[in-house]
Amino acid sequence: MSNTIPTVFYLLLSALLFSIGAVAFLVKRNIITTFMSIELMLNGVNLAFVAFANHLHQASGQIFVFFVMVVAAAEAAVGLALIIALFRARETLNVDQVNLLKL
Amino acid sequence: MSASLPYWLLPLLPLAGSGLNGFFGNKLPRPVVAAIALLSTAASFALAAWLFFNFSGTAQSLPGAPWIAVTGFQANFNLYVDHLTLIMLMVVTGVGFLIHIYSAGYMAHEEGYWRFFAYLNLFMFFMLVLVLAGNFLLMFVGWEGVGLASYLLIGFYFRCPSAASAGKKAFVVNRIGDFGFLLAMFLLISHFGTLDYTRIFGAIQSAPTSLTTAAYTAIALLMLLGATGKSAQIPLYVWLPDAMEGPTPVSALIHAATMVTAGVYMVARSHAIFNHAPIALTTVAVIGAATAFFAATVGLVQTDIKRVLAYSTISQLGYMFLACGVAAYSAAIFHLVSHAFFKALLFLAAGSVIHAMNGEQDMRKMGGLRRFVPVTFWTMTAGTLAITGIFPFAGFFSKDAILYEAFASGPGGKILWAVGLVTAFLTAFYMFRLWYLTFFGDRREAGDSHPHDSPWSMLGPLILLAILSFVGGWIGWPHGLWGSDHFAAFLAPVFADMPANTEASPGSHIELILAIVSTIVALLGWVFADLFYRRRPELPASLAAKASGLYKLLSGKYWIDELYAATIVRPLEVGSETVLYRGVDNTLVDGATHSIAEGALGAGGVIRRMQSGNIRSYAGWIAIGGAALLILAIEVAR
Repeated sequence: MSNTIPTVFYLLLSALLFSIGAVAFLVKRNIITTFMSIELMLNGVNLAFVAFANHLHQASGQIFVFFVMVVAAAEAAVGLALIIALFRARETLNVDQVNLLKL
Repeated sequence: MSASLPYWLLPLLPLAGSGLNGFFGNKLPRPVVAAIALLSTAASFALAAWLFFNFSGTAQSLPGAPWIAVTGFQANFNLYVDHLTLIMLMVVTGVGFLIHIYSAGYMAHEEGYWRFFAYLNLFMFFMLVLVLAGNFLLMFVGWEGVGLASYLLIGFYFRCPSAASAGKKAFVVNRIGDFGFLLAMFLLISHFGTLDYTRIFGAIQSAPTSLTTAAYTAIALLMLLGATGKSAQIPLYVWLPDAMEGPTPVSALIHAATMVTAGVYMVARSHAIFNHAPIALTTVAVIGAATAFFAATVGLVQTDIKRVLAYSTISQLGYMFLACGVAAYSAAIFHLVSHAFFKALLFLAAGSVIHAMNGEQDMRKMGGLRRFVPVTFWTMTAGTLAITGIFPFAGFFSKDAILYEAFASGPGGKILWAVGLVTAFLTAFYMFRLWYLTFFGDRREAGDSHPHDSPWSMLGPLILLAILSFVGGWIGWPHGLWGSDHFAAFLAPVFADMPANTEASPGSHIELILAIVSTIVALLGWVFADLFYRRRPELPASLAAKASGLYKLLSGKYWIDELYAATIVRPLEVGSETVLYRGVDNTLVDGATHSIAEGALGAGGVIRRMQSGNIRSYAGWIAIGGAALLILAIEVAR
């Protein structure tokens, strides 16, 4: 029952997820979408970690994923708080309009 | 150190005065400024007199702190004091002090009173350094310094463009001479390894043949170039007439009595070198005689009272060079001393006349002044008689000493003597011309101004200098005229190492005959001037019309200034403008910096686009960079 799906498929999916995340990060202006694309990239990386851990029979990859998930959860909490604060102050979610510190 | 302390105090006192006036003078009241300047000079003079009368009689070299010390060469702040130094010290401080007194009165209503005295004291400092120096390098410091002071004082009225450019001209022309002096010093270093008087002259005396005559000649000729610059001889005399733009006391002190004699002093000081270079000596004599004659002819037709005196200064300096050239150094120094007296007197008297005429310097507008300014008139008369060489005024003795030495110096000397004699005639003529035009006849100036004699602070120095011009020559009363010639005897130790290059004394009656001849010639000049400018005042104009070519040549000063401008100044200007300014500076230097700057600007303009400030574009760059790194890692791993 193991090895029914070869590792390369997991990796391809992981790369696909990461690329979608990265492209979305570059293209989208809405800060919540940007935030979501970051999550997407993190999860793509997580998938690669687990796939390699399974392939190499090593637990360290799985452990690393927990760390990433914890950090991502913390980041989501802090990030969403910032977004709410930002929206209250500026009434916009467009990152290009949040440019007070630019020259 | 204790032995050299009083000698160091001599120049340092005026330097202190100059510093006080220069830094604080603009906040001090005028009497205080004058007091500082006068007291520092007076103290210097008193000290010089004390040193003069307590002189041990032997030349002494006073060691000083090291200045430049490198392997194989050392220059110290050492001083050298002998009879020649002491005489120069007395002249510089004495005449300088009198002129300081005069200046206090003359400049009383001028702007920049403190500046004037600061400069004047600075001049005293550098001149004393020049005279006291114990090596050529220290002498050069003074030499350059007096040039600086001269520049500052000629351009004292710096708002007047002609004064500013005259100062510049003096400085630039002097630099050409200084260049010769510098080269001479380099040659001395390469031959002797030192610039010390005692060591150089000692080496020459102990081993005169260690240098070839060619080397001696080269050094002497280069020194001569320096001397012609400072002492206004052909070919570098052109700055001195223009230097008359400065205040009159400056003309008296710097451009007549002291600084311009520095060249004569230098030649006399280096006589050991010149004596081994017969060609250079002949050159000195020829330049001196030519300058004396040439300047005298130009002096005949000048109309500005100060310019007549300027050309007469050049002419008298020519006499001194003539004397140096026939190795009659003590006669040259003697004439230097008496000239300092009577030429300072003449300039100061001329200043007093100008003062009386409210700044008018054109003699054609003067006339009949003798009734209005009696003291100036009588002192000027003394100066005129002295410079003309009428017995028993100072100029008679010194000029006759020179003419006699020239006559006695071999066959070529007769020609020099003849030129000197003709010059004496011309001198008498133009000086009495000045005298008659200024003081006699009717007042030619329109208007109802009342000329008046100057204040006593100006007349006092005039009277003292008049007395000196009268009796000053007696210290050198020659043997030929039943005198004892103290002056030559006093200076004899300095020039004792001279080879016997004058003919055996041709007997005392020759000297007497020559003295009578030159006196007759001087009187003849007086008679002619009397005829031209008193008895038949229409004569000069008709003569000028008859010989208009000659007159134009003389009043145009032989067009030497124009010649120099066309052959030297103009090509230099054109070359600087086109090649150096437009070519090198604008195109090469500026072009290089500009193209570097523009290159940086252009590259920045391209790279700047990366720094858009847009977070997403940065992220894109990061993604591209990461991808590039990945590809690279894969390629390397393969």
